[in-house]
Amino acid sequence: MQFTLNGTMKEITGNPAARLIDVLREECLLTGVKEGCGEGECGACTVLIDGEPVCSCIIPAGQVEGADVVTIEGLGGDHPLQQLFMNEVGAQCGICTPGMIMAAMKLGDAPTLEDVKTALAGNLCRCTGYSAIYRAVLKWKGMSVPESAGTLVIE
Amino acid sequence: MSAVGNSVARKDGIGKATGAALYADDIVFPGMLHGRTIRSTIPRGRIKSIRYDFDTSGFIIVDYHDVPSKNAVDLMSQDQPFLAEHEVKHMAEPIVLLAHEDKERVNAAKVVIEYEEEEPLFDPEKSDLVFKSIEILKGDVDAPSSRDDVVIVEGTYTTGHQEHVYIEPNGVIAVPENGGVAIYGSVQCPFYVIKALRCLLGSAHPNVRVIQTETGGGFGGKEEYPSMIAGHAVMLALKSGRPVKIIYDREEDMVATTKRHPSIVRHRTAVTKAGKLIAMDIDVILDGGAYVTLSPTVLSRGCIHAAGPYLCDNTRIRGKAVFTNTPPNGAFRGFGAPQTEFAVEVHMERIAEQLGMDSIELRRINALKPGDITATGQILRDDCSAHMVLEEAVRRTDFVKKRAAWKGTNKSIGLALFYHGAGFTGAGEKTLKSKARLELTPTGVRIAVGSTEIGQGTRTMHAQIVTDALGIPYESVEVAQPDTSKVADSGPTVASRTCMVVGKILEECSHEMKEKLGGLSPAEYYAKNGELSVERTYEPPDWIQWDDSLYRGDAYATYGWGCDVAELEFDADTFEVKPIKLTAVQEFGRPIHPALARGQIEGGTAQGLGYALLERVVMRNGAMANGQLTNYVIPTTLDMPEVDVVMMENPYPGGPFGAKGLGELPMDGPAPAVVNALRQLGLDVRDIPATPEHLSNCAAA
Repeated sequence: MQFTLNGTMKEITGNPAARLIDVLREECLLTGVKEGCGEGECGACTVLIDGEPVCSCIIPAGQVEGADVVTIEGLGGDHPLQQLFMNEVGAQCGICTPGMIMAAMKLGDAPTLEDVKTALAGNLCRCTGYSAIYRAVLKWKGMSVPESAGTLVIE
Repeated sequence: MSAVGNSVARKDGIGKATGAALYADDIVFPGMLHGRTIRSTIPRGRIKSIRYDFDTSGFIIVDYHDVPSKNAVDLMSQDQPFLAEHEVKHMAEPIVLLAHEDKERVNAAKVVIEYEEEEPLFDPEKSDLVFKSIEILKGDVDAPSSRDDVVIVEGTYTTGHQEHVYIEPNGVIAVPENGGVAIYGSVQCPFYVIKALRCLLGSAHPNVRVIQTETGGGFGGKEEYPSMIAGHAVMLALKSGRPVKIIYDREEDMVATTKRHPSIVRHRTAVTKAGKLIAMDIDVILDGGAYVTLSPTVLSRGCIHAAGPYLCDNTRIRGKAVFTNTPPNGAFRGFGAPQTEFAVEVHMERIAEQLGMDSIELRRINALKPGDITATGQILRDDCSAHMVLEEAVRRTDFVKKRAAWKGTNKSIGLALFYHGAGFTGAGEKTLKSKARLELTPTGVRIAVGSTEIGQGTRTMHAQIVTDALGIPYESVEVAQPDTSKVADSGPTVASRTCMVVGKILEECSHEMKEKLGGLSPAEYYAKNGELSVERTYEPPDWIQWDDSLYRGDAYATYGWGCDVAELEFDADTFEVKPIKLTAVQEFGRPIHPALARGQIEGGTAQGLGYALLERVVMRNGAMANGQLTNYVIPTTLDMPEVDVVMMENPYPGGPFGAKGLGELPMDGPAPAVVNALRQLGLDVRDIPATPEHLSNCAAA
């Protein structure tokens, strides 16, 4: 079975019914693909298949034959959104972060806050409450960020 | 520019965002086996027989006979076995362990266990096995009820289990090495694991060490249970002589591991018609589950916070944590306080209602001030900010105007005032004697503590404190990965203590090191004299007095203070609640790293919103029946409204650079704020989560 993985042609043998996440993590050693629930609910295992964000834990590997698959590793190490996730504290524990970033890849230009929320609705984060994730994504897209928090000092 | 107070670059590096950071399940050792836990399928009974209904070739099988020394997870008590011997006390109790190099074969293996079933106990109110009881007494609660200017308000408030849902499920790897064993894992408290393993292994295996791998969230859920999993992996590793990995899937994690204690809190309050609290009589019951775990201390914190941030001369708080035949409940962010502060804040709203008084005014009359005395007899110092956060929350949200304008509509606004003690309770920090170490490196210094980074920013915040206290560049401070053979035991990463307590020891280590450097930079000193390390032990403030038998004294060195406001819309047809905005005004001394601190508040507020509205653990025959993320729902992007965070400062002199603890505080406020907003709509909610099903019952009542 052949498919494009992070820009290069990949040939894998083995059971086409195996979960894509297992093939990616165990055979291709791409452990940036995280497993949080194994049932397509948390989005930690999100990868792009032909540009669409998909939970790799509920996709049989055979289904990506001939497709273009991109994991977090495929973004390289210096994608601006990666740095923004750290700077804006969009990543706390970090386990949802690769999936979150991959889900955000689908966003078009000039997204609104509502667009960002919709794009990330299938990705759970238990640490941040999402606000910092919105800040990271909106800054990446050059959009203004609602800035309501402040620090007050009393004497 | 100082590091403290600024949102400097985090010490985590970019790995979490590139996928390079290694969590337990990402690590593979040569020859590694995959472990699996076979668990009880009944809530109570005796084990009659165990049959291995599969081809056992190549399998390592462990049961209680393989326990090297003592079959007990050593925590507060030694009542919980690593593996059940003859009787089981709850669903999903570990009985047998399997390991094989082929993960699929392990998962397919069928073990048939026959039981003699016994009648289980699920109702905590019917349990007479008490793990811990507490009585806090101030004044005389019975005296005022005869006064004729006094109104008595009673109420019972209940909360359900809450599941942590760290996105990375529990997992560890045990690796035999040098006659001992190393444990790599997703853990909050590496030294707790060491303690448990020493008890399990006895003197035969002195060489154990625990190395924390990158940890995908904890929230208390990786405080005690990793000791159990580590013990399992170690037994399999010792029997096989090979590395063994145990990673829980989501359902196993949700069904078998700890959750927030369900609570029943009864209030009986005497209050004058003018709104002054005269007497508060409070009973707290926590459902501890089948083993003690941390229930005594959860109960302790819950009881101490049960009277809320209010002054009342006559207060009695009686609490008990009891046994039931359910999986043990344990640590979860807030540690008992979210339950009891929910109760008291909803109760305050009902008191105001019965007095025909504005609930803000009722809080103004009674909220604690510096110099006031708490239920345990603690005289509050200048770092008490209840009034400050209340006034700021009311002002900032235009609360009074909105409440009036939305009357009779489907929109509503409510608030909750709360506080949270930082660090271990009472004499806890004195007994704990946490240590921290600072080591010179050729280019700077290394922080060597057992405090874990679980997303909250431990590494960064500690490095900031050392940077400024030592007066060296932030970039020259590195933070060691917690490895119990290499770092100082700085105590568990719990109880909002990592900044305030461990940060303080590091500040003192820095001062001592600075003196020893004698004006040289770390690099200059190292080149000239070689290695240097400084280790210090925590000294709590000398004024702390605590009597653990009477529950009297200074319960906490300091408290964080918060006022949350919930604005929401209610759909009277579907009973759905749509939060519009949450405002979290919180005072925690001083933020060391404002962006990380804000993240703690935003994230804790989200967990609190889930606790209020969404997160319902359905128990069936003593086990979680909805142990999947499909039907145990935590807030998604579409559930979370805008969160407005206000960080106020009121420095605590005993904390590093004035900082208090922060981690748990944000968890206490959202649930009562949301429920108090629902009350404005005529919904008498006294139990959470307030799901649409529950609200339809409240509306019908």
